Amino acid sequence: MNDDLRTEIRAAVTAILDRRGEDRTGRAWKELSEGGFHLIGVPEEAGGSGGGLGELAVVVDVAAFQAVPVPVAETAFLAGWLLARAGLSVPAGMTVASLDEARGHRQDGVLRLSGRLRVPWARHAGHIVTMARCAEENLVAVIPGDAGAELVTAENLAGEPRDLLVLDGVAAAASAAAPPGLDATALLRRGALARSVQLAAAARAVLVSARRHVTEREQFGRPLARFQAVQQHLAALAAQVTAMQVSAQAAVAAVEHEDADAAVAVAAAKATTSAGARQVAAIGHQLHGALGYSSEHHLGAVTTRLWAWREEFGNESHWHDHLATALHDRAWWPLLTGDAR
Amino acid sequence: MTTSIHLPPHRLSEAARRLRDDVRSFLDGELAAGTFVPRCDAWMSVADPAFSRRLGARGWIGMTLPSAYGGHDRSPLERFVVTEELLAAGAPVAAHWIADRQMAPSILRHGSPSQRERYLPAIARGECYFAIGMSEPDAGSDLASVRTRARQVDGGWEITGTKVWTTGAHFAHAIVVLARTDGSPADRHAGLSQFIVDLPAPGVEIRPIRTIDGEHHFNEVIFDAAVVAEDSLLGERGAGWRQVTAELAHERSGPERYMSTVPLLRVWAEHVRQQGDASAERELGGLTARAWTLRQMSLSVAAALAEERPPEIAAALVKDLGSRFEADVVETVRRLAGIEPRKNGSGLEGLLAEAFLHSPAFTLRGGSNEILRSVVARGLGVR
Ligand SMILES: Cc1cc2nc3c(=O)[nH]c(=O)nc-3n(C[C@H](O)[C@H](O)[C@H](O)COP(=O)(O)OP(=O)(O)OC[C@H]3O[C@@H](n4cnc5c(N)ncnc54)[C@H](O)[C@@H]3O)c2cc1C
Repeated sequence: MNDDLRTEIRAAVTAILDRRGEDRTGRAWKELSEGGFHLIGVPEEAGGSGGGLGELAVVVDVAAFQAVPVPVAETAFLAGWLLARAGLSVPAGMTVASLDEARGHRQDGVLRLSGRLRVPWARHAGHIVTMARCAEENLVAVIPGDAGAELVTAENLAGEPRDLLVLDGVAAAASAAAPPGLDATALLRRGALARSVQLAAAARAVLVSARRHVTEREQFGRPLARFQAVQQHLAALAAQVTAMQVSAQAAVAAVEHEDADAAVAVAAAKATTSAGARQVAAIGHQLHGALGYSSEHHLGAVTTRLWAWREEFGNESHWHDHLATALHDRAWWPLLTGDAR
Repeated sequence: MTTSIHLPPHRLSEAARRLRDDVRSFLDGELAAGTFVPRCDAWMSVADPAFSRRLGARGWIGMTLPSAYGGHDRSPLERFVVTEELLAAGAPVAAHWIADRQMAPSILRHGSPSQRERYLPAIARGECYFAIGMSEPDAGSDLASVRTRARQVDGGWEITGTKVWTTGAHFAHAIVVLARTDGSPADRHAGLSQFIVDLPAPGVEIRPIRTIDGEHHFNEVIFDAAVVAEDSLLGERGAGWRQVTAELAHERSGPERYMSTVPLLRVWAEHVRQQGDASAERELGGLTARAWTLRQMSLSVAAALAEERPPEIAAALVKDLGSRFEADVVETVRRLAGIEPRKNGSGLEGLLAEAFLHSPAFTLRGGSNEILRSVVARGLGVR
């Protein structure tokens, strides 16, 4: 899709998320969903807002950059994608995805689901989408949020909802066969791509904040930025952030264009963004001094997300192993350049 | 200035992919014929003029030059593909590397018509090699403090001064010299000019400087009132600093700034596959992810060069990350391969030894990493 559209989306989402004030999150979510931004990249036939993965990545990027707790990655990137792939439509309200597969059985023609499912944002969701295994079938199923499942709430390092849903024969509101290739691995990869974009955006937020801080804060009678040690830290930070951004964007482009080697791109991007998070958070905090460690400051909202997101959908070790496994039957250089040979 | 560095990813064209196949077939043929063995850092240290001429005959040197000057009107991205394939193969490309990488674009841009005629077609044929005379004993990172002087004399210029660490001067056909033509060292960037001096030349002495591996890669080049022709001046008198800065964008931005030890990494990847050691596999995966990202970054920098968006800051940043990666490859293989490096050994042992002995250079040559970081800091507006 075109750059103009992406610029427009960036501006619109930034305007919504920028506004501070009471109940910033609730209001932001309301405005995002009224504008259809929570379902960009999901086809209109499936009840989404249309647009491609590139546009969706912009929405997710802006939300992560601002560190506003809204589940755009969970709704459009994951739930909307699962539903659309299975030919189902997205219900109204907030629909999020389960990270685990449920067990299903049919009783009087009704699909009933059981299992312990990790579902980010479940406590706020109107509906939950999950993959389910029913006899020999692979299904995608929708459960209403109020279907009587037990909810165990939990938070990640950044305080984002990472709930557990315990299902004991809950009736699905809708279901359809999963198309070939839509499985737990595909879901993990999809989530890894979303988190790569988010990690890169959060890293950029650290750089922007650090740069501003070292030019404004003075010690020894001059701005911190005048000290070479500080400049070198900042340059190392910029290099890491740029690496994270390029890898995430290149992976988005590879998936968007359905490259044969898109899986390698996602693995490399999640590994790069997860591994880079440490240095970015460490330099970010070092340059901000005690101020950045205070919860009054915005930095902590970003760095705690870096630490949380790098673990989700496979941390760097997971994806390093994945790449190593891919190398069992591919030569190293052709794997890197994305060629069959 | 900017608060973050804009480096959009680039997707190679179909034509570039087909070109890659051609280069791979060529390299497979060369390897099968035994014309070379893959070596680390071969772009700096393994010169084979016959190999360079074969590349020239294929149209893979001077690719971006116009055909009027013996070039092939290809895009910098097609050149990128050829370059990365040669580097991945550890092919012996040092003879023509500097000429192709920075002197061809520099002469095309700043050279007089006669300089273009004289050098460009020969560079593209893989027959004319260059050395870079920037560094001096007292001018390293602080390049603007060069003391070599060029004085206008009857019928030309008289050059006096000493250049050091001059890679390949002992086989180069010409050296590009940064010298002061006007003012004094206090004038810094003003008053510097570039000259092309054909080698060998009277009044120019080339002495080898051995590196820690005992090899002869670079030299000391002494100009003792060497007189060169009027039209040895490259570009504008006094514009030397600007020209050198543009040249450094080419010098610093290529994939060789992360790929010097890729030949070692490839052989180790094969070794790991055969051994099936889980901890080695994980680290191989880690290096692979880093290499993948560096390659995407390097490709983005090439695209920026192709679109004439000066990639000075992005190139500095990629070189900072890339050169550290090169050394990390060596350390990782050393830690996990369970073999001892052997100088002049074969296979992994030999590649490891070679990569080790070259590793201190990775973060110095072409501008040290500290200086690169200060370039990035300036780009971020904090310097
Ligand atoms: C293998 C190899 C090949 C080379 N080939 C060529 C060639 O063909 N032609 C050519 O002209 N040159 C060549 N060079 C020279 C190269 O460009 C210089 O080594 C480089 O610019 C650094 O200069 P220096 O070695 O004098 O180190 P110095 O400038 O003396 O620096 C020493 C250390 O101090 C640090 N330092 C210096 N100034 C600062 C500062 N302001 N802030 C923070 N740290 C600083 C440096 O980062 C470095 O770590 C080559 C070098 C090598 C190693």
